[in-house]
Amino acid sequence: MELDPDDEDDKQESHFHIAVSCIAQSLKSHIINRSNDEIAICFFNTREKKNLQDLNGVYVFNVPERECIDRPTARMIKDFDLIEESFEKDIGSQNGIVSDSRENSLYSALWVAQALLRKGSSKTADKRIFLFTNEDDPFGSMRISVKEDMTRTTLQRAKDAQDLGISIELLPLSHPDKQFDITLFYKDLIGLNSDELTEFMPSVGQKLDDMKDQLKKRVLAKRIAKRITFVICDGLSIELNGYALLRPAIPGTITWLDSTTNLPVKVERSYICTDTGAIMQEPIQRIQPYKNQDVMFTTGELSQLKKISTGHLRLLGFKPLSCLKDYHNLKPSTFLYPSDKEVIGSTRAFIALHRSMIQLGRFAVAFYGGTTPPRMVALVAQDEIEGDGGQVEPPGMNMIYLPYANDIRDIEELHSKPGVAVPRASDDQLKKASTLMRRLELKDFTVCQFANPALQKHYAILQAIALDEDQVRETRDETLPDEEGMNRPAVVKAIEEFKQSIYGDDSDEESDSGPKEKTRKRKAGIADEGNYDFIELAKTGKLKDLTVVELKTYLAANNLSVVGKKEVLINRILTHISK
Amino acid sequence: MARNREGLVLLLDVGPAMHDVLPHVEKACSLLLQKKLIYNKYDEVGIVVFGTEETQNELAREIGGYEHVTVLRNIRVVDEAVVEYVKRLPRGTVAGDFLDALIVGMDMLIKMYGAAQKGKKRLCLITNAACPTKDPFEGTKDDQVSTIAMKMAAEGIKMENIVMRANLSGDVHEKIIDENDHLLNLFSSNAIAKTVYAESPLSLLGSLKTRRVAPVTLFRGDLEINPTMKIKVWVYKKVAEERLPTLKMYSDKAPPTDKFAKHEVKIDYDYKVTAESSQVLAPEERIKGFRYGPQVVPISPDEMETLKFKPDKGMKLLGFTKASSILRHYYMKDVNIVVPDPSKEKSVLAVSAIAREMKQTNKVAIVRCVWRNGQGNAVVGVLTPNVSERDDTPDSFYFNVLPFAEDVREFPFPSFSRFPASWKPDEQQQAVADNLVKMLDLAPSAKEEVLKPDLTPNPVLQRFYEYLELKSKSTDAALPPIDEAFKRIMEQDPELSSNNKSIMDSFRGSFEVKENPKLKKTYKRLLRDKPSGSDDEDNRMVTYDNANENKIDNIGDANPIQDFEAMISRRDNQDWIDKAITQMKTRILKLVEKDSIDESDRALECLLALRKGCVLEQEPKQFNEFLNHLYELCRERNLAHFLKHFKSKKITLIPKSEAADSDVADEEAGDFYVKQEPKLES
Repeated sequence: MELDPDDEDDKQESHFHIAVSCIAQSLKSHIINRSNDEIAICFFNTREKKNLQDLNGVYVFNVPERECIDRPTARMIKDFDLIEESFEKDIGSQNGIVSDSRENSLYSALWVAQALLRKGSSKTADKRIFLFTNEDDPFGSMRISVKEDMTRTTLQRAKDAQDLGISIELLPLSHPDKQFDITLFYKDLIGLNSDELTEFMPSVGQKLDDMKDQLKKRVLAKRIAKRITFVICDGLSIELNGYALLRPAIPGTITWLDSTTNLPVKVERSYICTDTGAIMQEPIQRIQPYKNQDVMFTTGELSQLKKISTGHLRLLGFKPLSCLKDYHNLKPSTFLYPSDKEVIGSTRAFIALHRSMIQLGRFAVAFYGGTTPPRMVALVAQDEIEGDGGQVEPPGMNMIYLPYANDIRDIEELHSKPGVAVPRASDDQLKKASTLMRRLELKDFTVCQFANPALQKHYAILQAIALDEDQVRETRDETLPDEEGMNRPAVVKAIEEFKQSIYGDDSDEESDSGPKEKTRKRKAGIADEGNYDFIELAKTGKLKDLTVVELKTYLAANNLSVVGKKEVLINRILTHISK
Repeated sequence: MARNREGLVLLLDVGPAMHDVLPHVEKACSLLLQKKLIYNKYDEVGIVVFGTEETQNELAREIGGYEHVTVLRNIRVVDEAVVEYVKRLPRGTVAGDFLDALIVGMDMLIKMYGAAQKGKKRLCLITNAACPTKDPFEGTKDDQVSTIAMKMAAEGIKMENIVMRANLSGDVHEKIIDENDHLLNLFSSNAIAKTVYAESPLSLLGSLKTRRVAPVTLFRGDLEINPTMKIKVWVYKKVAEERLPTLKMYSDKAPPTDKFAKHEVKIDYDYKVTAESSQVLAPEERIKGFRYGPQVVPISPDEMETLKFKPDKGMKLLGFTKASSILRHYYMKDVNIVVPDPSKEKSVLAVSAIAREMKQTNKVAIVRCVWRNGQGNAVVGVLTPNVSERDDTPDSFYFNVLPFAEDVREFPFPSFSRFPASWKPDEQQQAVADNLVKMLDLAPSAKEEVLKPDLTPNPVLQRFYEYLELKSKSTDAALPPIDEAFKRIMEQDPELSSNNKSIMDSFRGSFEVKENPKLKKTYKRLLRDKPSGSDDEDNRMVTYDNANENKIDNIGDANPIQDFEAMISRRDNQDWIDKAITQMKTRILKLVEKDSIDESDRALECLLALRKGCVLEQEPKQFNEFLNHLYELCRERNLAHFLKHFKSKKITLIPKSEAADSDVADEEAGDFYVKQEPKLES
């Protein structure tokens, strides 16, 4: 849960713009990333007032069909996008803290915010206030005694909120000629100590940018995917939790709607017996044609058949990491982390094995019964890796699902010509390849630095349609090669030299050997219509006497699709001829 | 024989030294033939055994020699009988000569199909290659083998040798084995031949490729380094999961007298405006909607089609990086292989140069791929070198898909170093763990590696085909137990464990674990698993046959709460939740009706459990209605003490905040008593 009481000070139009556009951007990411979060937007130092407490100078922005603090909706984002136009008319700005009144709009704003955030327990929800302001000394114009009083009550209000588990984050906006002086007032409000003070202001710009340019990515709560019993040897089992840290992100579930009313449609599945036409329950019998008969299984028998072991993970032994080949992979790995919740001592045994495996460069082979079918798995120990932004790789083991013999295909064999040596690169070519690789080295490459272009495009389309935007926001396809880098002279030269070493001077012509000829011939054969007069046949209705293959020759020769049943093919020829 | 059919001759060594493993050979072969019956039923198969007392083959009749080689079955389309046949292989009496058998098999293939045949011809030899081969009439054995191999290559015959190297008894001569290995090796270098050494029945089952899949390219086109430099490549799947065949649903609705009944079931999806209405929407009357915040936004197919991401087909190089920057667990999917276009010599060279240099310098390439035109997305993946050890096989790359930024879930985990000392191993414990990791070794050397994925068969598939065969003979056949051979992947090798007994014991001794005593009984599921080992047989039976053992399907008198919790958490059928709730309600009513102080305590506990269950399963209505009903009931019958209890425990309705489906607002849940109280007193 998160809240943006949003200050608007009158003077600086540009600051208002910065704050509003930042919030608008961040709402658009938020509705995708954490659509269950609840948000309220609240302006202070306003002319009009709108809040439950009926305090002056505070305006809680909202749209119909939505509570003050609620999940963001398309309507809210749409209206908020236009706020700059309607602001002066509907809300207006007015400095609430003036020397001859006892009004304290900052105090009121905090109060309103805290009241809004009362919903839900602080144990289950994360409650935050983001405070945008460009006034570093809100009570600066007051008389000393009033100022002291106001400062004290406002700080107390903030502290009360913090005691209730609400954190306050400050996003100050500096004037071009005068930097926001955090020491005047706000350092006490957000509780910075002197060490953090120096780092605070430089990080503000980054924070604003982060709010604006968030990657649209659905954020899921940390959840244990599997609880696993790891049997190390007879009589010693430990407890592990499995987490799905890497899974392909999808655009979200599809809900079918009635195209006229846009209301959700109810999908019903029915099983129909083709012999009698009767609607039936899902049958429990399944058949496999085999040896001229239909062998019948019940669903119970089939599930029984697949159950060949308990769901446990059983250690079989260890191998050096070099035995784990690049093609030993089937699906995304599962991350394992120990837990002492049920079995005390699990963590200790796990850490000991983890350390030994890393130190000796070995992985564990185990049998895991928790999937269908059960699989042999490789457990690869991963040491913790810390980066600038925190943990990059958590410590634990990654469970990699291994293929079975019949899952692996021998393609290499298919491409070997017995007794004929295949050309291999010469030393010179290797040297050129080496230069090429050095030139094309990706600096600081990290896995998952690319956003999924199709998914980002999908979110952009969704946003454009939901918010009635005229144009779909351009999304950049980050997965394309860096053209600028590729065109650097040194890179071009390296590629050119490599090409030269492989293809020689006469660059584009490739020597073909063998099969190409044949395929060309086959295609050529197809390209001609065959020996029939199709127009004549069509007129006399005799097309159906031809074979499918013969029909297809006509279609292929006229660049038409060759798929479908015979009738379809004939119809296609007839429509083509009639044109 | 059409292009996509195979002619196969199985050459099986049945000599005395093979008798131990013959049951497994029979199993592997029958599995191969069974799959052919299902997937490639026009394939043709011949069977030759060698090492038999008698001799029966055409070459022996025509030119003499080739003794102890018996053709059990000439090359013919697979049929039901052959599956049976191969299960009853004769046990031979003499040591067979595998070269003789090979020539007989090759002769059969050539006579049957001739050289012009387009289909695939394959020889599959299963032997222990421990018996001496005869000297040829002229020249050396090497010459003879090379001639045979070249002939095979010319005829387009592929060869697969599976050599059993399990428990070789003492009387075999190492010299003979070395010689035979050398000869088999010669085949590999002169023909399309592959030799696999199986060290256990398990790897024997795994080494025979029982399912023949015609490889299809996923992509043919350019690997683009930049727009001017392109390499012609083909991409295939290197790994693809082999699944159970898709079984059709069967309808028993047709009257038994109907001889032409197809017994098929059609699945229909109806899209209706409301569950009650009978009006069905046509495909063009419905539209896809996606969630946007709390709303669902419709997107028409046209909008989607014009706006969506449409990448162009192609493979583009993004650059190279250190192999170490791609951690192994980032591989997202099954693996592809990128091979140079075999007709382009220069592309073969270019791939070779890059792959070899990558291996040398420990680098990998990052590429962006769109396999087909019209594909909805691009993938970013990593090319790793696959440098060939054989002279006649081109170098290639493996391709693994890498995750996108959206695919990563950044959950933080505590650092191990931050755990209390009692959770971390001390020096002595660490030494014990080191020892275990070192000694429980599955790959003492590259040659001796066991449990290679490449040689490990899928136990479920094996069992399915066995069951299928049994069922085809008798419809009510019992599910066969899992083959003994699979024990090797499901449990630690007893030999390895007993060799390392002291290490295992000290590991067990150093790392004591115990159940957390604070947890309730229902959670203690972890340590129930009995240790496997000597008394293992029983344990296995328990897990295989009584998998339903702890499935509760009724709420009993003794432990209603446990029963209820077990039942409601069953996931095999949605109905269990309803059943559990209904039964629990009945139980509570019964307890309440008994009207004694004792029972009302129990009833209350049950009620609490029911509430918890209903919150967990998001069934607030069921509970709220019941609670109201219960209240009414108590009032009617004047069960005051129960009501008192009821109040003291503060059982409330389930409000919206606990279950979204509830129509009781948070405040009302508490109001429940206030509202009811006056009535009660009146």
